[in-house]
Amino acid sequence: MAEARSTHGSVEKLWSYFKQTWRQNIIYIGFAVVFVFFAVTLHDRGFLHPNNVLNIARQTAVIAVMAVAMTLVLSSGEIDLSVGAVAGLASVTTAMALSAGGLGLGIVAGLGTGLVVGLVNGVLSTRLLIPTFLTTLAMMGIARGAAMWISDTAAIPVLNDNYASFFGSGNLGPIPSLLLWMIVAGTIGHVTLRHTKFGRRILAVGGNAEAARYTGIRTARIKMAVLVISSMTAALAGMLYAGRLQSGRFQLGEGDELSVIAAAVLGGTALFGGRGTVIGSIFGALMIGVINNGLILMGLEYSQQLIARGGIIILAVALSQKRS
Amino acid sequence: MNAGANGNIAVEMRAISKRFGGVHALREVYFSAQFGEIHALLGENGAGKSTILTILRGVLAPDSGEIIVDGSSFPSLTAKAAREHGIGMIFQEMSLVPTLTVAQNVFLNNEPLGRTGLINERAMRERSLEIFRDMGVEIDPAALVGELSTGQQQLAEIAKALSQDARILVLDEPTSALTATEVEILFGLVRRLRGEGKAIIYVSHRMDEIFQLADRATVLRDGRHIDTRPIADYTLTTLIADIMGKATRDLLEYATASTSSEDVVLEVRNLRSGGTGAGASFALHQGEVLGIAGLLGSGRSRLARMLFGLEPVGAGEILLRNEPFQITSPQVAMAAGMALVPEDRRRQGLVLQHSVAHNIELPVLGRLGASAFISGRTGRQIVRDTISRMGIKTQSPDSAVNTLSGGNQQKVVIGKWLATAPDILIMDEATAGIDIGSKGEILRLVRELASEGKSIIFISSELAELLAVSDRICVMARGEIVQSFDARQLVAGDQDPQSELQAEQKLQLLLQQGKRHG
Repeated sequence: MAEARSTHGSVEKLWSYFKQTWRQNIIYIGFAVVFVFFAVTLHDRGFLHPNNVLNIARQTAVIAVMAVAMTLVLSSGEIDLSVGAVAGLASVTTAMALSAGGLGLGIVAGLGTGLVVGLVNGVLSTRLLIPTFLTTLAMMGIARGAAMWISDTAAIPVLNDNYASFFGSGNLGPIPSLLLWMIVAGTIGHVTLRHTKFGRRILAVGGNAEAARYTGIRTARIKMAVLVISSMTAALAGMLYAGRLQSGRFQLGEGDELSVIAAAVLGGTALFGGRGTVIGSIFGALMIGVINNGLILMGLEYSQQLIARGGIIILAVALSQKRS
Repeated sequence: MNAGANGNIAVEMRAISKRFGGVHALREVYFSAQFGEIHALLGENGAGKSTILTILRGVLAPDSGEIIVDGSSFPSLTAKAAREHGIGMIFQEMSLVPTLTVAQNVFLNNEPLGRTGLINERAMRERSLEIFRDMGVEIDPAALVGELSTGQQQLAEIAKALSQDARILVLDEPTSALTATEVEILFGLVRRLRGEGKAIIYVSHRMDEIFQLADRATVLRDGRHIDTRPIADYTLTTLIADIMGKATRDLLEYATASTSSEDVVLEVRNLRSGGTGAGASFALHQGEVLGIAGLLGSGRSRLARMLFGLEPVGAGEILLRNEPFQITSPQVAMAAGMALVPEDRRRQGLVLQHSVAHNIELPVLGRLGASAFISGRTGRQIVRDTISRMGIKTQSPDSAVNTLSGGNQQKVVIGKWLATAPDILIMDEATAGIDIGSKGEILRLVRELASEGKSIIFISSELAELLAVSDRICVMARGEIVQSFDARQLVAGDQDPQSELQAEQKLQLLLQQGKRHG
């Protein structure tokens, strides 16, 4: 009797714990629900086939990599709308430098592109105090325009096989290198946000910038660092695109900023700062990838896919909102 | 006039109770105001004045009690209902939009429309002008609010309430930012509105205003209704006794013998942030609690921010341990062993949605391990020590700070700064808006820290508390220290239970004089 009651009590406790925390973990629940749903309904169309699963990972990895940095940006209370355009620009600069000077120059050119854009975003936001929403919105156009201009709107082929294999199109055993990039970026991002002083300061600045300043944190420096990290990660994403598609094109990454922000917010990162989870963001990106893939396999038209995907994202975010 | 007959009850609030978490903000409070009277609502910070006014305004619903207005009883009001029943608020913090004109503000959300259905700007200006003429003040309705003086903004605020046919006007600390002339204009207007039969609820910390203006007074203390009487029944002493209660006298128990030494730790010479004037000058000794008193707007918080590198120094010198010292940023101040418990704990002191542990660790992150990674063990140790030293009541170190009571939140702020082991601690209104128990603990802690040899600048609006913990008290007005004296001289040592009230009165007098002559 007593034992039965205590089991009952612990079940109740577990249930109340679940009730308190499920909103925070909605992304994992949602991911599982969506995945199982497609696994069951699309079983005969090969949803669970290893090739399809790896395909999802490959298509999602680049968004996921950018979502890691976006998590830091959003956690600090800022936003970066230029990531998609920076990815496109970096794909072009990398491809051009690869053909001009080989592997080393290609990598330097790609990451350098990110560094320069990030510094400009940072200086405009922290010195001239222009909100990042505006600086990065303007930078989105500038980067996209620059990519079109220097490439003459043509695709620039990547003929360096080592590069292509390392950045995106190769495999390590059965695992696509893109997946490894995602795991590496995710691990670094997670540890940075959770276990370093820098990460703690990012969250403090995003949670209450004034209190952070009163506590002796150099808030401008934190914002600058986060914006540079974001742009350089976006550049890396562009380099991965270039490797995977074996060419640099100005169109690459178009619209990615919204997918990346959606992935982070779906994952449980606050749009206005103070709270962020890198692992959640990666699952957010994966969930979007799974939805895209599932909807295609279901045979929906592109127009229907867009509507269905929008609906699912709204539903997930609505469920994760705390009601007061 | 549309106000009720003089002497009729305009609004009555019966047995109003309200709790915030574990704190009783109001316990069965009774309050009523009549038409044709100026009714002072009095009490210390945290006595429940703002809570009852927020309820009257319809923004907060009471847990129990009833509100009777226009002959009907309500369990609570909505903001809309309050407005419809003629309750108008004139806020302490201006609620005007600075980028709109005076007329646009007066008719905000209540704009007169022309025949086309669009806003009739001219009618708006003309009606504003009429209201200002009735009020007997001169303000250009076409001027932008942001370009008006504080006093004019206050008057525009009143015009806004009158334009909505307010019959019950609430003025919350209306004079705190006004010049003497503006105060006279405001008083004239308030008396005139009383003559027209409006009910006026007047909140002020300045007793001289109350005695000049009010007909009756209601005193609240610790969320309870203490008394409602004609103001003529009160003397300054009995009114202060009602407001402060016995708890005030108890504060003196926190006073200890002075632990101040001869060594000057921090000296400030003619420090000001800008403008002209002599600036502030004082010396802080090791082991000393230096109280700083001053009315709202006297520059106390600005001084604190300058000393902590949060606001640029306009002119003057700072000497740290007899060496000239430039405080250019909070980092520099912290490195020099200074700490600031800021005025507004929620805005400046804490990251509210983060945990107690993370808030405490924030200023000492640099010391949590030598690498870029946070040493969890050192962090936990510091957090545990701080929670137990400060007696912070929290379910767990990982609970979000905003789940704590105000007093415990404040202890987190003080605790996080003590974790930096400062030599000089600046405390700006460290006990504002917290319960009496936490207040006592903080005052005791201040004396304890002084006896450990730390030097403390203690800024407070509560005179009883300043007298209890300070070794010396500086009176500030217009950015200058106008007086400085031994706190114990003022208390004068005798055991008469009235003695502290007298000391407070003396201090109050000095504040008022500083304001006038400073």
